[in-house]
Amino acid sequence: MKKVLSVVLCVCLLCAMMAGCGGSSSGGKKTVTIGVFEPASGDNGAGGKQETLGVQYANSIQPTVEINGETYDVVVKYVDNESSNDKAPSAAAELVNAGCSIILGSYGSGVSIAGGPTFENAGIPVVGITCTNPAVTEGNSYYFRICFLDPFQGTVLANYAYSELGVTKAYCLNKLGDDYSAGLVNYFIEAFEGLGGTCVHEEFPDGNSDFTSYVANAKAADCGVFFSPVSTEAAQLIIDQTVAQGATFPLLAGDTWDSNVILQAAMGKDVNVTITTFYPEGADADFDSNIKVWINGDATNLANNGGDDTVAAVTAMGYDAYFFALAAMQKAGSTDPAKIMEALWSTEYTGVTGPIKLDQTNGDAIRNTAYVKKADTATGTWMAMDPVTIG
Amino acid sequence: MQFLQNPMPYILAGISVGGQYALIAIGYTMVYGILRLINFAHGDVFMVAGVFMVFLSASLPLGLAIPLVLVLTVLLGFVIERVAYKPLRTRNAPRMSIMISAIGVSYLLQNCALYFTGGLAKVYPQLPWLSDTIEIFGAVTKRVTLITPVFTIVLVVALVMFIRHTKIGMAMRAVAKDFETSRLMGIKVNSVISATFIIGSFLAAVGSLLYFTNYASVTPTSGGMPGLKCFVAAVFGGIGSIPGAVIGAFVIGISENIIKGLGWTTFSDAFTFALLIVILLVKPTGLFGEKATDKV
Repeated sequence: MKKVLSVVLCVCLLCAMMAGCGGSSSGGKKTVTIGVFEPASGDNGAGGKQETLGVQYANSIQPTVEINGETYDVVVKYVDNESSNDKAPSAAAELVNAGCSIILGSYGSGVSIAGGPTFENAGIPVVGITCTNPAVTEGNSYYFRICFLDPFQGTVLANYAYSELGVTKAYCLNKLGDDYSAGLVNYFIEAFEGLGGTCVHEEFPDGNSDFTSYVANAKAADCGVFFSPVSTEAAQLIIDQTVAQGATFPLLAGDTWDSNVILQAAMGKDVNVTITTFYPEGADADFDSNIKVWINGDATNLANNGGDDTVAAVTAMGYDAYFFALAAMQKAGSTDPAKIMEALWSTEYTGVTGPIKLDQTNGDAIRNTAYVKKADTATGTWMAMDPVTIG
Repeated sequence: MQFLQNPMPYILAGISVGGQYALIAIGYTMVYGILRLINFAHGDVFMVAGVFMVFLSASLPLGLAIPLVLVLTVLLGFVIERVAYKPLRTRNAPRMSIMISAIGVSYLLQNCALYFTGGLAKVYPQLPWLSDTIEIFGAVTKRVTLITPVFTIVLVVALVMFIRHTKIGMAMRAVAKDFETSRLMGIKVNSVISATFIIGSFLAAVGSLLYFTNYASVTPTSGGMPGLKCFVAAVFGGIGSIPGAVIGAFVIGISENIIKGLGWTTFSDAFTFALLIVILLVKPTGLFGEKATDKV
């Protein structure tokens, strides 16, 4: 009896596994595969899903591409890198094995740096969408990117804190071992101290959800601003804790906080959240209204966008990245990754987030404008402030 | 060095988090005392209780959701024991196999939570009164911070009374002392073990209510770090001893926050585990883990 039961259980498990590996059949049409290397779970799951939404939306309105007079169906292959530097290389390998011609992503610089060598070895070009750490493209000729970089963003934020907020002492908090937040915090401190301010710098370990003491430290040190460009998951807890302790300093962060997760966490609370980002909602009214219809039209999309139809900057960036990739393919006149890589250096495209053109050293986008937004805690929306342009 | 100027917020946070750790640590220590099993899934039961609350409170009033969370969590603990541990135990599997089964359950729960939450952090509902902000000795905090230690101590005292003065409590002590002999004496060992899991899961559910009210975000890995630290607390206090687990949990919670207040934020977790090593070097059985103590 026991043996029969165990055999039945084993068979059930095997069947479940077989069902998972669905066969892939291709029709008569020619296809080209674009890989999407994004987190759908873990610390950055919320942001990764919003960035992926931009790609999905772009794919829904432009599902084919014309290369050398032939029409190719665009197949988009999504993998989840789980926001984890350990899992990123195997997720990257999955995309390489799927035969992608070009890859987009990832949200989060750490996973991009971790996955980069896998793509480089396979000779497949990658277009980073919102990974802002300089180390992503440095020394990796296959990694490109369409967003601004952290040295720029850190300078903008430091200037904002020093000049606009009029603060001379800042509290900086990043996650231990996280490339994105540690990098941005360093550039911020460099710029802020260059302006004549002082910083208190602290780090919190992975898996931490108790931010009481960090907020208490910032309060006790009389810091005028709390700079913490960490994942949205930690951000919710920081906002909550700041309110719970009745702290009055503004919370300042980078592009990761441009998410409705933050708006929901701050809504109805007495807190000042200010961020820098890539795209302010409302800059392109057509794009905004069309994507809202698309998001609201499907329950899964709505859930992936965090339950409402706020357009996150990363969504707009994902949308542009998809079209930028198509433009590179057309310029290359081929679906061969090596030819696309050659073409990427000189591809130009004007998207909803502005013109995209890459520099010739690391393949980073030439961008010098960051948009500043402040959370309106009464209505749960972002208020656009004056954009900042440097250089 | 903020701690030296104004220690109040750090000590408050420490006592509060210590109380939450204590409720979870009891689950580890009781199961170990009776079965000599480290129930690795316990931290995840705590996390699942949080997920239950998030989903139930979305559709039910809190007065109904909270008891339902407690009942469901208890049921979960009971089912885990019956499905994943009991069959192995009754067929005399080596203890290591049961432990591996516990690790399996832990990952199963995490992945189920990943599936149901879609991998995103869920905002825990605000509990009225508990979530209110209050001021005490110049430190501003949520009311739950003050309620937690009191609540924990009341529950622990009730648990100790239960074990000392009821029939099932007596059976628990007997099974902890000698598994085989108590079976020969006619004690229904299986129901005693089920009762242990039920109590452990109940306390984990209460712990999760208090913990997530303070740190209002539930993710599939939320159980990981607290689970690990509570296990450390249980070992620290002498695994198998309930007062030991409670004291261990408070020591860890308070010292962790003091370390952060002293400015060594980077090392707050490293310190917790270094402390464990030092204590075990000096007292290999933990603070209260002497052979003479009764194990429940």
